[in-house]
Amino acid sequence: MAIEVRIPTILRTYTGGEKAVSAEGTTLTGLIDDLEANHPGLKDRLLDGPDLRRFVNVYINDEDVRFIGGLEAELTDGDQVVVLPAVAGG
Amino acid sequence: MLTIDQATYDAIVAHAKRDHPDEACGVVAGPEGSDRPERFVEMVNAAGSPTFYEFDSTDLFQLYKEMDANDEEPVIVYHSHTATEAYPSRTDIGLASEPNAHYVLVGTRDHGNNDGPVEFRSYRIVDGEVTEEEVAVVPTLTPATTEPATTESEV
Repeated sequence: MAIEVRIPTILRTYTGGEKAVSAEGTTLTGLIDDLEANHPGLKDRLLDGPDLRRFVNVYINDEDVRFIGGLEAELTDGDQVVVLPAVAGG
Repeated sequence: MLTIDQATYDAIVAHAKRDHPDEACGVVAGPEGSDRPERFVEMVNAAGSPTFYEFDSTDLFQLYKEMDANDEEPVIVYHSHTATEAYPSRTDIGLASEPNAHYVLVGTRDHGNNDGPVEFRSYRIVDGEVTEEEVAVVPTLTPATTEPATTESEV
């Protein structure tokens, strides 16, 4: 089962410059662990301890995961995941 | 150096003045790798705050989807500082995530919503390091082609 994960510019150092990578998982947590296995270091850029980082947005099929279960959000084959850093500042 | 056309410059300044005392924010998109700020996109500051800005997460997604479909990237990411210098704050530096973008800061502290000059400065923010750059405001951007201009006389 394959899920396409779109990687933002700032994190492409972890994917050898690839804009999108393929990963597996039935939940977002599982997907992030699978990403980490193939692209070490990525997990720490997405998670802050047990939670999604405050200024990292993850979308499953156009929906911000914060509205659909966060890290427990379910995934199925063919889903598209997009990671976007927040555009924010002070 | 950032080269920006007058109309886009004016649109950014107008947005900053209008939203004062809250911070205004947005992007100017352009073809990937072109360094040409062509498409002005005003964003809503979801934080609605005089000291913080953040694109709404759904708006952010739509913006990136659009840019992706158009083979664009954010050439400029702008926001305003309404009570302090137009220089990236520690938060700005910590959260900067577009190493290819020009980060434009507009300072509205002197005249607020009213007419009058603003600070308009541009920076590169890469790996936590800030480099200020020159801003050139031109009447219009030169045509995108790399063909030599035959009708213009050399200066």
